[in-house]
Amino acid sequence: MDWYDILFYAFAVLTIGSAIGVVFSRNIVYAAFSLLFTFFGVAALYVLLSADFIAITQILLYVGGVLVLIVFGIMLTTRAQKVEVKQGFIRLLPPVLVAGIIAGTLIGVLTTTKWPAAGLAPYEETARPIGALLMTTFVLPFELASILLLVALIGAVIIARREKTRRV
Amino acid sequence: MHNFITYYLGSGFWGSLVSSVLPLVYIMPYALVTMWLELKISAHMQDRLGPMRTGKWHGWAQPLADVTKLLQKEDIIPTAADKVLYLLAPALVFVGSYAAYAAIPFSPAYIGSDINLGIFYIVAVSALVVLGILMAGWSSNNKWSLLGAMRTAAQLVSYEIPSSLAILAVVMVVGSFNLNDVCAAQSGWFWNWFVFGKFPFLFITFIIYFIASLAETNRAPFDIPEAESELVAGYHTEYSGMRFAFFYLAEYANMFVVAAVASVLFFGGWNSPFGAYLSGPVWGAFWLISKGMVLVFIQIWLRWTLPRFRVDQLMYLSWKILTPFALINIFAVGLWVVLRG
Repeated sequence: MDWYDILFYAFAVLTIGSAIGVVFSRNIVYAAFSLLFTFFGVAALYVLLSADFIAITQILLYVGGVLVLIVFGIMLTTRAQKVEVKQGFIRLLPPVLVAGIIAGTLIGVLTTTKWPAAGLAPYEETARPIGALLMTTFVLPFELASILLLVALIGAVIIARREKTRRV
Repeated sequence: MHNFITYYLGSGFWGSLVSSVLPLVYIMPYALVTMWLELKISAHMQDRLGPMRTGKWHGWAQPLADVTKLLQKEDIIPTAADKVLYLLAPALVFVGSYAAYAAIPFSPAYIGSDINLGIFYIVAVSALVVLGILMAGWSSNNKWSLLGAMRTAAQLVSYEIPSSLAILAVVMVVGSFNLNDVCAAQSGWFWNWFVFGKFPFLFITFIIYFIASLAETNRAPFDIPEAESELVAGYHTEYSGMRFAFFYLAEYANMFVVAAVASVLFFGGWNSPFGAYLSGPVWGAFWLISKGMVLVFIQIWLRWTLPRFRVDQLMYLSWKILTPFALINIFAVGLWVVLRG
């Protein structure tokens, strides 16, 4: 085992362990903060795969954006951290169904994909090719994604401003 | 040779360990000096003398005494606090500030990690600070802490946008995220620095970045997260002793991060102002730290000059002034880069 393997297993354990924490935690705040380590571990695994741009984007978007919003939402909701998780067969059925379908698909993909064992590829610059591809081959999906984000932005502004317009 | 330590010790375990600890060796004395400077500068601005007795000469030993006192204080954990998160939060805040030092090019011969995406990485890891502050505010189980943490998160998330857009303008001009490349693009005499109009518009970019970075360090005039007259001390109200010292150290570490990033992006980083004269690996560190300290001095100066913003004024400044100007600026810089070819 060299340093690469040790680091890989350390981050894999961190990612999976904290993901288990997210799922099984009774306290919703603990679940949210466990998610921090999951996101961070996934970013570290990206780094080990020489995908540095994706890794940093993962931290920027998921830790800096999504997770901050989740924690913010939990804090703004009074007593959200004391919500009892309701149990019962009817509540259990849909999640088991959805999880089963996703797990089946993943196992199917895992078993049918060939995993050629290649040596470590030398590191290549990623940011420049990704930028060039986004502006040429994938310009349409890129623009569609930005329109989607713009719609979400305008929607958020409308929801936030509703009270004011009603009063006038 | 971007890191003389891994050059001599090899890039194995010991080389990596030593080069990752080295910035800490810098932060400690830097924080002590800056604490003393802040005491003295604020005093002289208010027509006082400040500390004069500790250590005889102009109270130079005052920060040492303060730190010794802090370390001796009792470590209090409130009964109603959430223990795990309460203990983890100061570490997370400091990790967020310290992680940024990995990509700061202190000199041509020393950068913790010479990665291609240096500045992008610095922007990304500052997210850990926001989460650490939210964690501290929530786990303290104190309304002032919680309000302070909420204000911090709102402020940091808002001001990340103009500061990132300002950084992007420089990245477009240089064509690289690597901070060593940004420094190399400004080599030569000081009129080649980006702030002095080697490229048009970049002075405006610097102003936008500097204002936004003031907000990111949570200091006056953007200190509503801690606003002592309203919130006692904001998110670190309940912390004492060593854990409080961690927040304090993280604030000073963060001040230097934004100052160092500004001096790399706009003031030539490790380049000497006089072309090849007084330049080299050690002089590089001297110039970067000097430029950073000048900007830290300006931060202290502004803190003790300007009154605090109201929450609505803070949001107004970010969303209605800085962000539109940053977008126009990015358009102008982009157009100029494209037209130049």
